[in-house]
Amino acid sequence: MTLTRPFGLAAAALALALLYALPAIAPRAVVQDLFGILTLLVLAMNWNMLAGFAGLVSVGQQAFVGIGAYAMFAAIILMGLDPLVGVLIGGLAAAAFAVPMAFFAFRLNGAYFAIGTWVVADIARLGISQWKALGGGTGTSLPKGTAKDMAFVGQIKDMLDVSSAAAADALTYWLMLSLAVAMLVASYVFLRSRMGLGLQAIRDNENAARSVGVDPVKLKALVFLLAAFGTGLCGALAFIQITRVTPDAAFSVIDWTAFVIFITVIGGIGTLPGPIVGVIVFYILQRALADYGTIYLIVLGCLGIVVMLFARRGLWDMFTDRTGIDLMPLTHRPPQGSLPRPKPSRRAA
Amino acid sequence: MILVDTLAQGLLLGGLYALFAAGLSLVFGIMRLVNLAHGDLIILGAYLILTISTVTGLHPFLAVLLAAPLMFGLGWLLQTHILNRVLGTDILPPLLVTFGLSVVIQNGLLAGFTADSQKLTAGPIEAASVNLGVVTLGVMPVLTFASAVAVVFALNQLFYRTALGRAFRATSDDAVTAQLMGIRPQSIFAIATGLALVVATIAALFLGTRANFDPSIGPARLLYAFEAVIIGGLGSLWGTLAGGIVIGMAQALGASVNPEWQILSGHIAFVLVLLIRPRGLFPRAND
Repeated sequence: MTLTRPFGLAAAALALALLYALPAIAPRAVVQDLFGILTLLVLAMNWNMLAGFAGLVSVGQQAFVGIGAYAMFAAIILMGLDPLVGVLIGGLAAAAFAVPMAFFAFRLNGAYFAIGTWVVADIARLGISQWKALGGGTGTSLPKGTAKDMAFVGQIKDMLDVSSAAAADALTYWLMLSLAVAMLVASYVFLRSRMGLGLQAIRDNENAARSVGVDPVKLKALVFLLAAFGTGLCGALAFIQITRVTPDAAFSVIDWTAFVIFITVIGGIGTLPGPIVGVIVFYILQRALADYGTIYLIVLGCLGIVVMLFARRGLWDMFTDRTGIDLMPLTHRPPQGSLPRPKPSRRAA
Repeated sequence: MILVDTLAQGLLLGGLYALFAAGLSLVFGIMRLVNLAHGDLIILGAYLILTISTVTGLHPFLAVLLAAPLMFGLGWLLQTHILNRVLGTDILPPLLVTFGLSVVIQNGLLAGFTADSQKLTAGPIEAASVNLGVVTLGVMPVLTFASAVAVVFALNQLFYRTALGRAFRATSDDAVTAQLMGIRPQSIFAIATGLALVVATIAALFLGTRANFDPSIGPARLLYAFEAVIIGGLGSLWGTLAGGIVIGMAQALGASVNPEWQILSGHIAFVLVLLIRPRGLFPRAND
């Protein structure tokens, strides 16, 4: 294990460098393809923080994607701002929406929470459909050439020597990739911190965590807000590339929540590399079964069920159990000093 | 006058939602199982009735008698082979398994029956209406509402008057202690899910005769059904009926102001009720 872990980390760093270099070496279609995959990855990481670590099984994440997308469109069309500023506004708008949503949903437990968040997301969809300035129920498109006029697109165009459209794709791709990396690093740091430890203690045993002074509501609310922000950023960024928004597409429970849940579950819920493994499996399945249409979704659904029945913690956990390799361990080893102080661990249920 | 008419239509619509919700309420109350596939199972029931009545030429009202036992069997198998394995203190596994089932059923129906909308034809009764002086009501909606009341009444009789019902309640309150008394929760759960799917078949009959359906509409029905269950309170079947009526009336009132507000006002009523009473109107069991 002492040897394999640095090796694994080096491999991961190499893969990351390759991913960053991709727009310079791969055709545009591949970059666009990977952009879609990275979008799902970021959403899955956010959902994993909620359901896997904070115990908040939300079925309403499409609310934040939709609000992020619509806020970005509003910033561009109604206020004439740069799309990148629009993305930031999208994230902030989603986080702002999460505040009243949390006040309502946090009164509900477990299953009620899942349904409650779903209903709130549907309210957001129906509410946005009434916003006539952004096309109401039929939606609207970005003004022609918006993506090409984005900040930095000119420089990237010169640097890579490609068309403006390809440069815009490269920019959104890099931003999404950076968002994914930032999410991963931030989640790791957060979960290794005192607050993260408290969060996992709550998930394992809420009463015990409370008795040692952890405030569950405060921590969960914080994670809920941060996940809303991340999901909103991701949604806004995704819709720059889609260029057209409708309430049904932006608030789609299948595209933005169902797929994301399957990805997380198959890869390994409650583990950091889980969503990455899940998204790779998802991508392979998508490529292999793309010609069969509905069969692909049936296979995905069955796979999700099988994982829940036989390997509840997903593929990544199966891998760490068999090999002992854990690239992002969240467990704490007991201190080696003369005064052993017990600390709660990941599996201290 | 128009208001009375709107409220009456809302009441009857609530009957349909209560039918969607009754099966869900049953499994939710007994085993805390959140069945996210319930909406799709109702649609599956509708296609089953359609297939039976097309193949045999039976009226949908008779075809449902053949469909119901099949759906009971399906529920029983589903519970014994899949759902029983994931029940436990963690709500996530059953939630995800039923979510997977929902996607599988939806796309299975799509592959088998295409996305074309279908309808169950019940004949002249569809257009018939009764004039009550103040309001005129369609016979089918009245029949739907009456069936909802009958289903809830029958389930309540089962719950409080029979040995099986006693086992249901005992398992709901404390599965471990019930086991000490010789009850096998696993088989109780299987019967409950079977019954829930029989109720879903009845709901499917009225859904299919009332309007067009296609494989994709399950999740929306599921959401209304859940709203009804949660508003009513965990484990109370009459509460579920009341919840259905609240949603139905709110939707009818919203629609009378602006047709685009129908679903929105149902959702808002749900949020308002839960803000005031987080456990619903008439909770029987503790969650």
